[in-house]
Amino acid sequence: MKMANDVTKSNEIPQSWLPLLDLAAREVFDIMLGCKLESPSEVVPPTTEFTAMVGLAGELCGLLTLRCSSQSAALIASKMLGVSVSQADEQMWDAIGEIANMIAGNFKNKLTGMGERCVLSVPTVITGSDYSFRSMSNTGPLEVTLLFEGSPVSVAVEVHS
Amino acid sequence: MNKVRALIVDDSSVMRKIVERSIRQAGIDLSEVREAANGAEGLGALQESAVDLILCDINMPVMDGLEFLRQLQSIENAKGVPVVMITTEGSESHVVQALSIGARGYIRKPFTPEQVKEHVVPLLEGKK
Repeated sequence: MKMANDVTKSNEIPQSWLPLLDLAAREVFDIMLGCKLESPSEVVPPTTEFTAMVGLAGELCGLLTLRCSSQSAALIASKMLGVSVSQADEQMWDAIGEIANMIAGNFKNKLTGMGERCVLSVPTVITGSDYSFRSMSNTGPLEVTLLFEGSPVSVAVEVHS
Repeated sequence: MNKVRALIVDDSSVMRKIVERSIRQAGIDLSEVREAANGAEGLGALQESAVDLILCDINMPVMDGLEFLRQLQSIENAKGVPVVMITTEGSESHVVQALSIGARGYIRKPFTPEQVKEHVVPLLEGKK
């Protein structure tokens, strides 16, 4: 059983949460985009051009991030809306923020009791790759990289215990 | 089922489009779709004219979905109109709270068109 207070006891995110994060991402892409995320044969981080962030507050405090290339962000928006990539161009920020939001919600609902005791922020999306990121987490990230239409996307959770 | 006028309240324009598409895929004949980016805009839209169905997110800036539900009770155009919450906040306490202040249904994101059909069609047919 995956309990939220596993973090506070050990000051580390349990590695047993990794399959839940993986599953949460796969389910959202499958249901909302009709796409199966694939496991890469080797982990190659995405070219980070879009970063969507959703805050977690309550018993579990931290941040979930979704990172991908602009090409992937455009394809995500295109598939969500059922329009061409060029038509979805202006919706990339919104689309990737919503996907991150749904992954965060799906992930926390898979942690026993966390659905009740953790709330999500509205998403924030930043573009570009020339930035430094510091989340104030004291646990280190739990991260999964999967392939979306052949391109890597990374989902990470960092927790402040 | 008669043509339906719907109000979709969500801060994401992408989600508003997806919700509208899901309603249409559920076989609901929409005559009008109004959109609002938060609860306050939703209340404003309802003061202008009535709708037959409201679908509403919870986590939104300015005014969230739960406050929207509370204030909805004072809007004449909203009386008797079914409200279905569509949200990532899937906890039982959120569901209970939303249902206790007037929501008639609750759909968790991510959702399929089938789930929208299952929750919305009976409300419009008066079976729920």
